[in-house]
Formats: sequence, C-alpha cells, structure tokens
Amino acid sequence: MITLNVNGKALQADVEPDTPLLWALRDGLGLTGTKFGCGMAQCGACTVHLDGEPIRSCVTPVSSVGDRKITTIEGLSADGTHPVQQAWVAEQVPQCGYCQSGQIMSAAALLARTPNPSDEQIDQAMAGNLCRCGTYQRIRQAVHTAAGNGGAR
Amino acid sequence: MTATREVTRRDFVRVTVTAGVGLTLAFYLPGCSPRDKGGKTAAGGGDEFAPNAFLRIGPDGSVTVISKHLEMGQGCYTGLATIVAEELDADWRTVKVEGAPADAKRYNNLQWGESQGTGGSSAIANSYEQLRKAGATARALLVAAAAADWNVAAGEIEVENGVVRHAGSGRQAGFGELIAKAAAITPPAEVTLKDPRTFRYIGRTEPLPRTDVPDKVRGTATFTQDVQLEGMLTALVAHPPLYGATVRSVDPAKAKAVPGVVDVVRIPTGVAVLAKSFWAAKKGRDALQVDWDTSTAVQVGSAELTAQYLDLAGKPGVVARTVGNAEAAIAGAAKTVEATYEFPFLAHAALEPMNCVVRLGRGSCEIWNGEQMQTGDQAALAALLGLKPEQVTLHMLYAGGSFGRRANPNSDYLLEAANIAKAIDGRAPVKLVWTREDDMRAGYFRPAYVHRVRAGLDATGKPVGWSQRIVGQSILSGTPFEAWAVKDGIDGTSVEGVVDLPYTVPALHVELHTTKPGVPVQWWRSVGHTHTGYATEVFIDELAAAARQDPVAFRRGLLAGQPRHLGVLELAAEKSGWGTPLPPGQARGIAVHKSFDSYVAEVAEISLRQDGSVRVHRVVCAVDCGVAVNPDIITSQMEGGIAFGLGAALYGEITLDRGVVEQTNFDRYRTLRLPEMPVVEVHIVPSAEPPTGVGEPGVPPIGPAVANAVFALTGRPVRKLPIRVERATA
Repeated sequence: MITLNVNGKALQADVEPDTPLLWALRDGLGLTGTKFGCGMAQCGACTVHLDGEPIRSCVTPVSSVGDRKITTIEGLSADGTHPVQQAWVAEQVPQCGYCQSGQIMSAAALLARTPNPSDEQIDQAMAGNLCRCGTYQRIRQAVHTAAGNGGAR
Repeated sequence: MTATREVTRRDFVRVTVTAGVGLTLAFYLPGCSPRDKGGKTAAGGGDEFAPNAFLRIGPDGSVTVISKHLEMGQGCYTGLATIVAEELDADWRTVKVEGAPADAKRYNNLQWGESQGTGGSSAIANSYEQLRKAGATARALLVAAAAADWNVAAGEIEVENGVVRHAGSGRQAGFGELIAKAAAITPPAEVTLKDPRTFRYIGRTEPLPRTDVPDKVRGTATFTQDVQLEGMLTALVAHPPLYGATVRSVDPAKAKAVPGVVDVVRIPTGVAVLAKSFWAAKKGRDALQVDWDTSTAVQVGSAELTAQYLDLAGKPGVVARTVGNAEAAIAGAAKTVEATYEFPFLAHAALEPMNCVVRLGRGSCEIWNGEQMQTGDQAALAALLGLKPEQVTLHMLYAGGSFGRRANPNSDYLLEAANIAKAIDGRAPVKLVWTREDDMRAGYFRPAYVHRVRAGLDATGKPVGWSQRIVGQSILSGTPFEAWAVKDGIDGTSVEGVVDLPYTVPALHVELHTTKPGVPVQWWRSVGHTHTGYATEVFIDELAAAARQDPVAFRRGLLAGQPRHLGVLELAAEKSGWGTPLPPGQARGIAVHKSFDSYVAEVAEISLRQDGSVRVHRVVCAVDCGVAVNPDIITSQMEGGIAFGLGAALYGEITLDRGVVEQTNFDRYRTLRLPEMPVVEVHIVPSAEPPTGVGEPGVPPIGPAVANAVFALTGRPVRKLPIRVERATA
C-alpha cells in the first residue's frame, strides 16, 4: 500500500513500488482521466503535475514520488473552469480527445511558469504531446487564449 | 436544390412514452422484416417495416440524439445532432448524444445496405435525409400536441430553441410539457422539411459547440481503456515475433509467479497473461517464456519487397480500366514523361492503442469498444462463441482515434479478447490492452505500393495518353468484404483515384499487380487515395513542367468538365496568392483530389532547413463537401487531415527486416508534432449539393502539395515517400 498526495488528498493505492504512477492512478485509484499512449514518454498522454512540473507518469515509478503533490486532470479544477480548460472549449480543440488531458496539463504547467508564452515557447513546451487527430493549430491558439484570460491561475 | 422535401407516405412513426424516458420516435422504413413492438404499421402497400429510433425527448425537454455512428474524433456526434436539432428547432444547450446499440435493421449505414458501421466518410452523407425526417416528424408531433391543447391552428404555431409558441394567444410551452400529448397523436404520414434558407444550426458560421468537448477537457469522457467492471482482469498477450509464427511451447511458471497474475492461457493469436492490473499483466508477460515456431512465418524485408514491386511495375498487370489506346498515343507523342513512385507501409497509430472489454454470460457476450463495424464484429464474435449475432451486445464508446484501424474486417482484437474470455470460461470480465508495441507490430498497415506512370504530350503540351501501373497488396481480398470490393481480380480500393482520373486525357490505361507478401494490411484514413492521390498529383506537376506550364494553369486546362474540382482549385489558388512572390527559399505546391465524393485542393508553402528537411509554413485548403452542416467541424477535419497526411508524407514509414517490424513506438515511428504544424487556412465552397464526407478527404492532397512545392523549389520531383530531400550543393 502506497500513500499518494493526489489532487489535495492523501490516497492509498494498493500497487507494487515499481508500478508507474500512471497505472497507480488508473488501476489503483480509478483516476482514468490520465491516459496511456506509449509507455515510454514519447506521446505525453500521461502528463500530470508533480509539484507543479509536468511529468510523464508512464515512466515515473510510484516509489519515486514520495509525498510530492500530484495533480491530474481531475484535480486541475473542480468543474472544468481552469482557464486552459475554458480556452480548450472556446477554441473547440478536442477531436477524439484521448491526448487532451495530457495536452491540457502540459499547457497549464507552461502558463504557470510563463504567463504569456511566445509561439516558440509553446512549441518547446508542447512538442512532447502527440495528437494524432492533428489539433495542434487549435492547441496553439487555445494556449494564447488561455494566456489572455489569466491562464497562470 | 429544392427548398423543401416531402417525406413519403411510406415513412411511418411509432410513438411511445415510457416513464422517465420520454417521447421516443421510432421510424418504420420499408422493405425490412417486421419487428414491430406494438406500434402502428403502414397503411398502404403491404410493406413490412422495422423500427429505427433516433431521438428521445425527456420530460425536462432535453433532447437525446441516438448516433448510429462511432465518435472517433471526426465530430459525427455533433454533426448528426445538428441535423436533428435543426429540423426539431431544439435548444442546442439541451441536446445530448448517445451511442446506438448494434442493430443492422434500425441503425444500418444507408450506403452499406443492411450493415451498421462507420467509415468511408459517410456518417453525415448517409444520415442527412434520415435525420432531417426524424427531427421534422418529432417537431410536427409537438406542434400538433400544442395545437390541440391550445385549440389553435397548427400552422400558426412556431418553434424556436425548444419552445413551442402561438403568437395569437400568447401561449407557449417547452418540449417536455408536450411530450405526453404528442405521444397520443397519430403521427403524420408526411412531414415538410425546412427550407434550407431558414436553417439556424446547419451551416452556422459561429461554431456550434461540440457535444463531446466538455467531457474531453475534464478527463471524464469514457474510452474503452477507462472501463472498469467488477472482478475484471486485465489481459496482455504475448504475440508472435513474426506474422504467421505460432506457439511451439509455453512455460508460464515465471509469469504466474508475478504478484497479481491470475492466469496464463494459450489463444490462437499467442499467449495471454491475465492479471488484476495492467502492471502485473505487463510484468507477467515480460516474464513469460514462449518458444515460437517461425518455420511458416513471413520473413520478408522491405528492401526485397520494394525490389519485387519495382520489377512487377515493368511487367503487364491486370487491366483495371482502358479508354482509347494509351500505348499508341504515348508512342506517337511529341514528348513522353515517365515516373515511378514508391510508398511505404504506414501504421494508423491511433493514440488509444487497440483494446476491448468483454464479458461472457450464459448465451451472451457483452463488448465495450470504440466500435466501428457493428454488423461484421457481431457476426464474427457470434461465430466464435456459438451465439446468434443478436446475443452479442456492443457498447459503442468514444474511440481514441481510429483512422480506419478499428474497422478491422477480421475483427482482430475483438476476437482476441473474446478468445481470452472463452479460454477462462468467462469466469471474469476481461480487458484486453495492447501496448503501443503490440498495436504497431500487429500490422494491418496501409500497404506499401509502387506506381509506374507514363504519359505523352503533344506539341502544345496537352496529354494524349496516360498509362499507370499499380503494384501492391489488396486490402480486401480474403476478408468478408471481398465479394463486395474485388471484381475481376481488381480490388477497387487499390485503384480508386486513378481509374476515375479527373483530367481530360483522350487515352487512359490502368493496370494492377496484386501482391501477397503476407503482411496484414488495412484501410488507412482515405484508403487508396493515400497513394493514388499522390502519384497522380505529383505526376501532373511533372507533366506541367514538361509542358512548361504553371501547375494551376495546366490543371485548369484539363479540368474543363469537372466544375467541382475546378472550383476548389481556383479557390485554393486565389486564397493562397498563387503566383505572387514568396520570400527567397520558399515555394508553393498545389494538389487537388476528390475522395468520398468531396473535393479538396491544398496549397503548401515550404522551405528547406539546413539539413534538407522540409518545413511547411502555411497550407491553404479549399473544400467542397456539399451542404456544410458544421463549418467548424469541417474546418477541424481539414486541419486534422492535413496534420495526419503531412506527418505521413514527411516521416511515416514502417519497414520490415526479415519479417520483423522495425518501428514499434513513437520514438522510431515519427508523426507530426506541434512545432511542425503549419498555419492552416480552410475555405469552404458554398454549396446546396447533398453533404458528403470530411473525415478523410483532407488527407490525400497534402503529400503531393508539399512534394510539388519541393519540386518547384529544387527542380527535382519527389518520387519516394516519406519525403527526403537531398540538399542541393551550392
């Protein structure tokens, strides 16, 4: 049994220590908003925040997390009103939607650090998040929209 | 286009009200066997009818549209609901969408006969009239209920945003208040559809919000990967290292020793490890020892295959189409041009790897899946399990992409999951999870192809003969679709886009060599057009260069009888500023291609980086898909199609080394990433023609548009994909 600090709560996950955080969240805690896409930090679908930093949970053993604060898409806002989520709605970003939890978590972390990112900064921060539907143009626009609406919340 | 359409007397409606469910409208369509559950049947003609339900209205006035098609990102849930909401005059904020169950009689794809499924960019095209009638009939019943209740003429009643209103009396009511009375009314035999000029939702420029977006930005949309059932086990399968290899022996001891592993079972496609979690199943599979028999396996390499295909391209094949005498015309031409184009295997690589949840019961099978081909999958599962098709329940969930992959004619991963559940006698529900490596190694690739194209030009630069030979695997031979798709040795999907070449050429000759290397292949977003669109559109630029003509002017001269091709060509050229100067080191390329009855032209602006790689700055796209139901979704599908096709053109390549797939994850199978996304501008041709598809048609033109821009910049045509430019030395 491992205790994790997830979305502001201490939760107990019955998983082996070598389990990637992704699977502790999904199978251990039933938090399925964070997705499995590649298992080797290539696609970004599993992105969550660890003490505010975006990490790939598919390659992060749960034993390495300790008591650091984990934020998942479920904890980004209580009701989908984080500026990044609102911008994603305003720009009608998602298609299949499978990558979008990871995209949103990467964008939220970017804006927390860099409230008004340039296109180059967006490129750098979002290059690790694949979208096979090709929503990139709208993602870029939505990051700018969120920045304009106080995305650094 | 006519302003209104009458619904024929043969469309009938059954109305029921069930507690908590509301008004259910079920349509009876002629020509099917009767499956009436107590409703009225047709008055005339003695036709048999089957129910076909597309919407419910709740007591709270909310409208639930039943989608017979899979939402895999293409926006069909929203598109189908838009059509219903338009004719119903519903309040969009109250519209929800629910996936339909499997039922080929009620929910068949009208382009596919009595078969349910999503593909061929057909969701809106086949549903448009059907759902307009569904919405209009519901509206007529609500109006009739209000008219009777208020004792006013139905013709004086207006409906807007979910409110039924009579101006003269000042009476008004929401849908929910009227459903009980509406249910008691005999449905009209005919309904009048709206004059398209009065559409409020269809064609609306301000985006109508997608119904699936709120859940998809909160992480609450349910994909197959997210399904959790009581007592469910997760299964990973050790698959053979080569296509056609089989299990010689298994030692499950080490796998079974992994905590959480529950069972190890042999199935036809390998050895399954069942565990209480993904991670336990993964560790169990890693520990499993399997001895594979590869004696009958496919051990071909990509280099050998290419050599074989190039050799075949020089030899006569099966004739797919012939008009005039192309050989003679080319022989007598003032100038001849010849080119050979090579295309690699491509993986679909949907971001949600293939997966499936199955629960077996006594005489039943339940499946949770991003379900794309209900009727075929039901039949295949039923045959495997000794059930009747209707004993197989399919829960259609959101799919995390598909690009054709989930519509597998062999129901591959579904049967694998069912085989696992069967091997444990159905004692637990099973979630089959493929890792990315399983997904990419499983094959069912877009086939590798070679095209050899030859043409002759007369002294004025007009083509006089065109001969094209295509070499590659058939997607549909050996599948349940063979009888439908393969005629006289020609798989129509191998030659589509060439046999119907839009350009005016007096003599056309098309041949096909169908190869059988044993690599599993399948349709991939835009199917045959993925290679035929490239070969024809790059070759046209080579001909234009030989004729010393501008690529747009050259196409214009050959598209006199093709107004819709011409329409998108001219629009894309105009909006891109075709012919105007670009910064030094940049060039434009254009391509136009029709697929799935939609017409798309794209202009790409490119430059080359220091290392010779291609940078695409901007893409201007013009699309003619008939009536634009949701302009914003059409735009997003063009943006997405361009990104998908561009990733393939620049990087996409699956290679085999002695039968082993060399790219098994996104580290070696590169796809487009955000920094490489060009600025995309989409222009929709206004049209009153029936709506056609948008999921696929944005894909075919982007590869050739980029290649033609490279040709314009370097003077060297790109004849092999993915695009690799040898940097010209200064």
